[in-house]
Amino acid sequence: MKKYWQSLEDYQRIKTNQEYVEKPEPEFSIEGMSEEEKKGKATRRDFLKMLGFTVGGAVIAASCETPVRKAIPFLNQPEEITPGVANYYASTFYDGNDYCSILVKTREGRPIKIEGNDLSTISKGGTSARVQASILNLYDNARFKTPQKDNQEIDWGTLDSEVSSQLKFISEQGKEIVLLTGTIISPSTRKLIEDFKLIYPGTKWITYDAISYHAIRLAHQKQFGAAIIPSYDFSKAKLVVGFNADFLGTWLSPVEFTKQYSAARKLLNGETSMLRHIQYETTMTITGGMADNRTPIKASDEKVTLLNLYNEIAGLLGQTQFTISKPVVEVHKLAVELLENKGESMVLCGSNDEESQLIVNAINYLLGNYGKTIDLVHNVQLKQGNDIEVAALIERMNTGNVGVIIHYNTNPVYNYPNSQKYVDGLTKVDLKISFAESPDETSTVCDYVAPDHNYLESWNDAEPKLGFYSMMQPSIRNIFETRQAQDSLLKWIGSDQSYQDYLEKYWEADLFAKQSKFGTFKAFWNQSVHDGVFISEEKLNSNFAYQEAELKITEPDKDNAKYELFLYEKAGIGSGNFANNPWLQELPDPINMSTWDNYLCVSTLLAEEFGFKTEDVALINGNFEMPVLVQPGLEKNSVAIAVGYGRTTAGKVGDHLGTNIYPYMTITNGLKKLSGSLVSIEKVDGKTYPLALTQSHHTMEGRSLVRETTLEKYLKDPASGNERHAEDAKKNTTLYSKPEFTGFHWGMAINQNSCIGCGNCVISCQAENNVAVIGKQEVRNRRIMHWIRIDRYYSEEAENPEVYHQPVMCQHCDNAPCENVCPVAATPHSSEGLNQMAYNRCIGTRYCMNNCPYRVRRFNWFEYANNKDFDYNMNNDVGKLVLNPDVVVRSRGVVEKCSLCVQRIQEKKLLAKRENRQLMDGEIKTACQASCPADAITFGNLLDPNSAISKINEDPRNYHLLEEVHTLPSVSYMTKIRNKKS
Amino acid sequence: MYKKEVRGILVQGNKSYGQITRDVTAPLYAQTPLWWYIAISISSIAILVGALAIYKTVSTGIGTWGVNNNVAWGWAIINFVWWVGIGHAGTAFSIFLLILRQKWRTSINRAAEAMTVVAVICAGLFPMIHMGRIWNAFFIFPYWNTRGPLWDNFNSPLFWDVVAISTYFMASAVFWFIGMIPDFATIRDNTTSKIKKRVYGFLSFGWIGNARGWLRFETASLLLGGLAAPLVVAVHSIVSMDFATSVMPGWHTTIFPPYFVVGAIFSGFGMVLTLMIIVRKVFKFQDYITQSHFDAIARILTFISLIMATAYTTELFIAWYGGGEYEMFTFMKNRVTGEYTMAFWTMITCNAIIPQLFWFKKIRKNITIVFIMSIFINIGMWFERYVIVVTSLSKDFLPSSWAAYAPTYVEIGIFVGTLGIFITGVLLFFRYVPMIAISEVKGILKKTSN
Repeated sequence: MKKYWQSLEDYQRIKTNQEYVEKPEPEFSIEGMSEEEKKGKATRRDFLKMLGFTVGGAVIAASCETPVRKAIPFLNQPEEITPGVANYYASTFYDGNDYCSILVKTREGRPIKIEGNDLSTISKGGTSARVQASILNLYDNARFKTPQKDNQEIDWGTLDSEVSSQLKFISEQGKEIVLLTGTIISPSTRKLIEDFKLIYPGTKWITYDAISYHAIRLAHQKQFGAAIIPSYDFSKAKLVVGFNADFLGTWLSPVEFTKQYSAARKLLNGETSMLRHIQYETTMTITGGMADNRTPIKASDEKVTLLNLYNEIAGLLGQTQFTISKPVVEVHKLAVELLENKGESMVLCGSNDEESQLIVNAINYLLGNYGKTIDLVHNVQLKQGNDIEVAALIERMNTGNVGVIIHYNTNPVYNYPNSQKYVDGLTKVDLKISFAESPDETSTVCDYVAPDHNYLESWNDAEPKLGFYSMMQPSIRNIFETRQAQDSLLKWIGSDQSYQDYLEKYWEADLFAKQSKFGTFKAFWNQSVHDGVFISEEKLNSNFAYQEAELKITEPDKDNAKYELFLYEKAGIGSGNFANNPWLQELPDPINMSTWDNYLCVSTLLAEEFGFKTEDVALINGNFEMPVLVQPGLEKNSVAIAVGYGRTTAGKVGDHLGTNIYPYMTITNGLKKLSGSLVSIEKVDGKTYPLALTQSHHTMEGRSLVRETTLEKYLKDPASGNERHAEDAKKNTTLYSKPEFTGFHWGMAINQNSCIGCGNCVISCQAENNVAVIGKQEVRNRRIMHWIRIDRYYSEEAENPEVYHQPVMCQHCDNAPCENVCPVAATPHSSEGLNQMAYNRCIGTRYCMNNCPYRVRRFNWFEYANNKDFDYNMNNDVGKLVLNPDVVVRSRGVVEKCSLCVQRIQEKKLLAKRENRQLMDGEIKTACQASCPADAITFGNLLDPNSAISKINEDPRNYHLLEEVHTLPSVSYMTKIRNKKS
Repeated sequence: MYKKEVRGILVQGNKSYGQITRDVTAPLYAQTPLWWYIAISISSIAILVGALAIYKTVSTGIGTWGVNNNVAWGWAIINFVWWVGIGHAGTAFSIFLLILRQKWRTSINRAAEAMTVVAVICAGLFPMIHMGRIWNAFFIFPYWNTRGPLWDNFNSPLFWDVVAISTYFMASAVFWFIGMIPDFATIRDNTTSKIKKRVYGFLSFGWIGNARGWLRFETASLLLGGLAAPLVVAVHSIVSMDFATSVMPGWHTTIFPPYFVVGAIFSGFGMVLTLMIIVRKVFKFQDYITQSHFDAIARILTFISLIMATAYTTELFIAWYGGGEYEMFTFMKNRVTGEYTMAFWTMITCNAIIPQLFWFKKIRKNITIVFIMSIFINIGMWFERYVIVVTSLSKDFLPSSWAAYAPTYVEIGIFVGTLGIFITGVLLFFRYVPMIAISEVKGILKKTSN
């Protein structure tokens, strides 16, 4: 290397190869500089300057940031609560209509999700859409936040002293005190009411159901000497015949029935027989849609048909027949078939008509079904409403005999057919009290409202069937200043006991003795609270002798110029008590896919006659207008309208949706009936009303989307109906190598034979994945956000179509069309076969949505959270408590879709890793799968040859939706099989 | 060698070189006419409408549009493709005709190129505002980032779009600008206004018109032309791949790239025709834009229209021949017949049938009819994009999700806005730039004038 020198001295140094010695820096003597300053270190002043600058800068920078959200840590760490880990508490759902044993999932002390309780022998881990959605009622901002007097806030002390003194005063006057309640299935509450009667001897307890089942009890009173509703066991039946009994959707105990029904129709493990189901019904229900044979009949023809059926059976058995008019539908074959299944069949009727129910009981008795498929011993405790007593009460109210009326879990001002008379009667009652949880039509006309806890805040028990007990425990402290109704009653009878203690005492005194497993009450109690269910070992009365009753028919009113109006409950809204629940309002009706409204259903023939199209407007009885929906499968001269709408005091969400049709219930022989009204219909020309339907095309266009076969053909060839699968597999070739996975490849299968389309999965998914509610207009714009939807198709003739339900969620294709079109790679494929969404990366080109053949991708068209235009649960602080902290709330402009509950997959994977073991098959359950009452969904690892999902994938019934498009989905479907008799 | 002049006379009126310069630059020196002010006011209002619509979209969300879960692309993409198509005219005109040595392009190419640049700006607007999160639009560029090895998805046609359109825009703009340099210099030399002198002086890049300058100029033009020619083909091929690479019935067809390119040239020529007829009339350029120019364009349109008709027929044939049930449905039950029949047959009539009238010389000679027909072509091509985008999406594989689509006022407002941008751009071009390439017209004067 060349050497350069600067000076001669330098040259000398280099020459002699001396190390260059740095000269010491000259010390500049700057006056006043300290040692630190000279060395360039920061002084105190510098520090302060820098501090000032940094803080100032930080303040300016921070002021541009979004507002700070406070997370306040626990002052005392509660036991059992680990941040990020969910706790589950067994409890009971009961809203006056439906019973379900549940597990409440809580995170950081707040309930966020409801799952089914596997330990229950009744609901067996299933739930319904309403049960799933009930979690949102807990966080309903419309709930009463304090007690009320004349619709003004007061405090509990004042309310208690005023109510107690008035109760005492009125009781001393000798006036009647009435407890008007929905059906109470809580044995301890029933006991409490007895105690209440002791203190206030003039008390009458009257049970009122919005949808009454009184006739079944009256009929059993006549024929079996006990006013009971028997329990039905579909798992023991081979043939079920339903007459207007929507037992899978709304009738009596749908979750329980669905569990049994679908189990008997699975055909998964080489079974060669399946439950056969025949349905006679007026309007199309999900039950009718599932039926192997379905016949539309007029509600007024039901009795004639039933009695004809009785006669046919009696004739075949050589017993006495009753004289009746000509049959409307041929039932001879049915009678023969029923007799072939003697003791293994069931005839059900949903009408609240004593004559019908007497005939049904007689038929079932002839068929020997009692004691086999129909159980009188463990009779159902639901639906104990007594129409006759209610009618009598209203009379007494109007004559001024009633001094006090206490409403508990009941809303007659809204749902009594003649509610005006009830309101008139109320004005003559001195003291009107309501226990309503949130404002309703009845509570607003009451003097006092002593708001009840939500069921998730309450202690309670339940006895849905005789001998089957169920426990309700609070999973959160009461959010508002509410008090459990039972506590209020205790207070008013002067007791200092809390209801929790009362309940425990009752169990100790009464139920402890009905078991032999536990020696101490504490152990028994703890186990019952833990399990949520308890079955008594007590010997129950089984002495029910059959007595002949006269079977007769009162001819119903007929008028050829008018149409029979049939009222029905929608799977989501039911009787209307959950009207303020936006999840349920936005749940598409499983049959006609409508949301947010009720409407006049007309048959296709009637529509032709009147020139009706869906969304036209009809004038009913010259009195009120309703939008029209053309409903295939509806009996041709009947029209149908759903109850549960037209609420006026339900809350922001539920008010003024649709029309209240309860006034069109009829009362015959004191019984409230859903059918029987005759109405005239006119078309209102030129007027239309927008309906929010999530599906507007109803046939499969000949495409093999839902593949089906009959049992007969299936037994000959298990792949029948699914021939295309093999064909497509042959044709599906590709230049590219098949994607390979190691470890896990998640897959899902849907048994279309099981799925009844009830919508439980839709709401379960909504709760799990924080899916937004978008409101009627946006649903109408076809922008619904549900990650799983249930497609419904019709086939065959429109007058009585066959119905198909097909749940469709992201198919997690291994050759996903959505993935390769995203310009920013926001939707990649995971190493476990999941099609993932990176919300942060998504810029919203919506190309993926266009290229998805299944149309399962959802776009955030607006900001759905914190937006006053979407004033649902995500727009208020209380409602937001329901959000699942494991799932992000999506912002405007990004695409979202089913993730196969990746948060649940991760949770269980981590658990297995922590416990140093293999993940077990079936350990991970997606939200839709976990609480499916029909067990239609299977999830698991496709790479594990022993997993349930792998076995299904080898089943000849298995196929992929649109497999000819070669998207290689991870979700598969199984052929639907109908048990048709030719 | 036998040589027959196919074309008629391209510059009429026995012009001298000076006369040409004076004629073409006359509108630039003349007082701004009243109609110009009126027109630009209207187009500015249109831009304002568009700006409000865009504000609404960006501030509230894409939900203000009529698109839905099933038809997730609507007017925005239709208009995008439509504008890109129109944006094909200029470059196609200049470059293909330059390469094919068609002299008659010289009077028209300047305007056509101007139109291209403005149309591509209009087109480019749509993919931007169409994004759900426009504030993250920069994600679409492959830039070095702090997110680890996170790049764009190079498989996505939308990414190809970004590359193709931005390249095309730059190439077209540069080509257009370079072509104008000698003319800017002419204005610079002739103008008396000091400001104009400075501005045009700057724009002309010190052009002095020497032989070396001309040599460089010609070479640059040819090189750029050679570069841009494949771009013209590439851009619309890539736009077509947005559709062709998808799985949607009606989109998933291999014919799309050539079909789109031809369609784009078709719509571009249609728009050139519309515009040039107006220019000719308003600025009295009858001597430069002659009957024979329109005759040439009309003949090309007739030919392209036949290609379009062939493409339409091929699509239908392949739908039937391919035997795909979904494709068959889309074409036969959702286009030829069904809900969208109107749109389909409008497309066929305007694009495949009406231009066949150009077979008649009488019609080619009648400027009024030619003008009306050019409007029909513009409409027809808009409907072609409508048919492609909407019919395929609205009724695809699963009948359960079939849904209709109708635009909202916001989408229409944005379209009006782009029309405003286009017209404003063209008006500014009329006012400040020589509309006809002076130097190039001079180049053909000897051969084709009378």
